Amino acid sequence: MNVDWLNFTPWSSLAGGALIGLAASLFVVANGRIAGISGLIGSLLQRGSEGVSEKALFLLGLLIAPLLWGLFATLPQIEFKSGWFGLIVAGLLVGIGTRYGSGCTSGHGVCGISRLSPRSMVATACFMFSGFVTVFVLRHLLGS
Amino acid sequence: MTKLTAFIAGLLFGLGLLLAGMANPGKVLAFLDLTGAWDPSLALVMVGAIGAAIGPLTWARQQSSSLLGRPMQLPVKRELDPRLIGGSLVFGIGWGIAGICPGPAVAILLTGRWQVIVFMLAMLAGMLLFTALETRRSH
Repeated sequence: MNVDWLNFTPWSSLAGGALIGLAASLFVVANGRIAGISGLIGSLLQRGSEGVSEKALFLLGLLIAPLLWGLFATLPQIEFKSGWFGLIVAGLLVGIGTRYGSGCTSGHGVCGISRLSPRSMVATACFMFSGFVTVFVLRHLLGS
Repeated sequence: MTKLTAFIAGLLFGLGLLLAGMANPGKVLAFLDLTGAWDPSLALVMVGAIGAAIGPLTWARQQSSSLLGRPMQLPVKRELDPRLIGGSLVFGIGWGIAGICPGPAVAILLTGRWQVIVFMLAMLAGMLLFTALETRRSH
């Protein structure tokens, strides 16, 4: 294993993570809801969902976060590695997979593991595993 | 009040993603690239997030309503079914292709980069497809 120490950002990642955990905690403690982004978006796409305004406002806050950030500092680097075809395939798989799997990195990875939910631990292990394998196959076997 | 807390929670969540490096697909892919030049940063995002959330969520599990009097809506399902496992594996493949998951997709949408707009439209299409298939199944 070859660690890329040059790009390793332990403190900002730890602090950013803590902020994510704090936000997820606020949503649960104040609103009684799980801050799972795929679930929030998915339920807004379905007719007859409850709590639409709270869910939409959470997503609105998430949406305008870079604008608030931009008022005080320059935005961190955002680097895309895929072309349009990869982005379309990736988006479709993320959309379908998170809905069938009842959650994504936030709902299972952060909230679910923090609730000590066995389902979320299994789900997180699954998407981390297939994420690692996919990058290995694309970068090292197919060399793209 | 719950509208305000929902908005603030979303805002903090987005700022956290940006600070953590989660909103940078290149960094996410560098974390997933175990056999390349591996960037372990995102493991610390998980450590920080779970470290901050585990106390409040443990408290929440024992409550029937939130501090603002809303019903505590935590998932109750327990079984490890094929949908959970298959869906999560499929999600991971998509995550590994582009390095973008749903939270960061929303958090960087307003940067207006074409890549995130294409990804977001495809992700919404995938979710709508799920809804359509589920509606058909239940009829």
